[in-house]
Amino acid sequence: MTDAETEEALARRFESVPRWLDGDDDLRRRGADFCTTCLIGIGTIPFLVTCERGLRLHLSRGPHLMRSWRFALRGSCLGWTRFWQAPPPPGWHDLFALAKRGEMTIEGDLHPFMTHLQVIKDLLTLPRRRAEA
Amino acid sequence: MTAALPQSQTTAIEPIIGRYLNLTIAGRRQRLYFEEAGDGIPLVCLHTAGADGRQWRHLMTDEAVLRHFRILAFDLPWHGKSNPPEGHERETYRLTTADYVATIRAFCTALALDRPVVMGCSIGGRIVLELAIAHAAEFRALIGLEAADFQTPWYDTSWLNRPDVHGGEVCAALISGLIAPTSPPRSRHETLWHYKQSGPGIFQGDLHFYRVDADLRGRVSGIDTRLCPLFLLTGEYDFSCTPEDTKRTAAEIDGVEMTIMKDLGHFPMSENPAQFRRYILPVLERIRALPEGGR
Repeated sequence: MTDAETEEALARRFESVPRWLDGDDDLRRRGADFCTTCLIGIGTIPFLVTCERGLRLHLSRGPHLMRSWRFALRGSCLGWTRFWQAPPPPGWHDLFALAKRGEMTIEGDLHPFMTHLQVIKDLLTLPRRRAEA
Repeated sequence: MTAALPQSQTTAIEPIIGRYLNLTIAGRRQRLYFEEAGDGIPLVCLHTAGADGRQWRHLMTDEAVLRHFRILAFDLPWHGKSNPPEGHERETYRLTTADYVATIRAFCTALALDRPVVMGCSIGGRIVLELAIAHAAEFRALIGLEAADFQTPWYDTSWLNRPDVHGGEVCAALISGLIAPTSPPRSRHETLWHYKQSGPGIFQGDLHFYRVDADLRGRVSGIDTRLCPLFLLTGEYDFSCTPEDTKRTAAEIDGVEMTIMKDLGHFPMSENPAQFRRYILPVLERIRALPEGGR
């Protein structure tokens, strides 16, 4: 698979997150109050993610023109690939593990990110959990 | 005739007994809560930052250990069921190396423990290295879990205690990534629950010791393992104290025994007790086999 094909495959996995979330009542319960607009970078592909009350997610694949977001998580293709493995290899299994090894950046207004950290972690882990199922 | 109930439905009292110890530590009166179980070689267990002695409950009900070891686990002052000291409301909690060492030594002295083994995890692992450097003769053996002379910080601790972020939730969410993804969900969530219950600013205050006051780089090479055997065990999924951090530390210490534990993270004793005992039981057997039990 070429780098572009790998990136596209990762983007498609990420695009499935709202569908997988529909079947996760526990995560929807815990994230019911999480409202924000953030940017998730899958390699070079940006996604604007709008989250409304009730953990209703809307993904918009970029590029975008002059769109605002509160915080951004941008991961490398290698980072997302290993993060979504089931089980992930040691040192690639958490957002902060990726950041520590330079495979992810965490930027912007981090207040909504830190306030709802476990929900965000669990949302972004859905592709892995689906791989386990 | 009544059919036998499955074990999960029977009632059982655990062998753990909890008590309170009033003592003076570094000139301050403290009321420490501790639990103990078993008979034999005293084994003092130190919890991680922002948690308490409940992390050791599985080891403290393991009959294979209780036959030969008297396991004791205290909650540091300000943690768990140990009170903060009088006047705490007028100060910011910050753990220091001096206070941590004084607490461990005062606890061992108060209970007249005869050259105990000390096993600590995370900050407990770091202080074990300090004990090995400065007080080795007082201990039969030392065990550092998730221990290193230094590790690179990976988040800003100011997030741990601020009025606009729930302290318990953010502490637990941060450290959740340090638990191996393969650990059983029940144990994962129990480990997180301890962090959700920590007092405000306590995890942050413990990390003052970890990040600011206990950089042991350049000092661990002075550890004499002939005086006191030292064992270091680190989980492969610990990205805070990484296996590389522990390996680097062990490379500086002659005679240290180091193990990287598979399928474990930063909280081996509580996140996956069954996997942890595979690694810790042989270490405890080694200690028991020391001449005169290490006496």
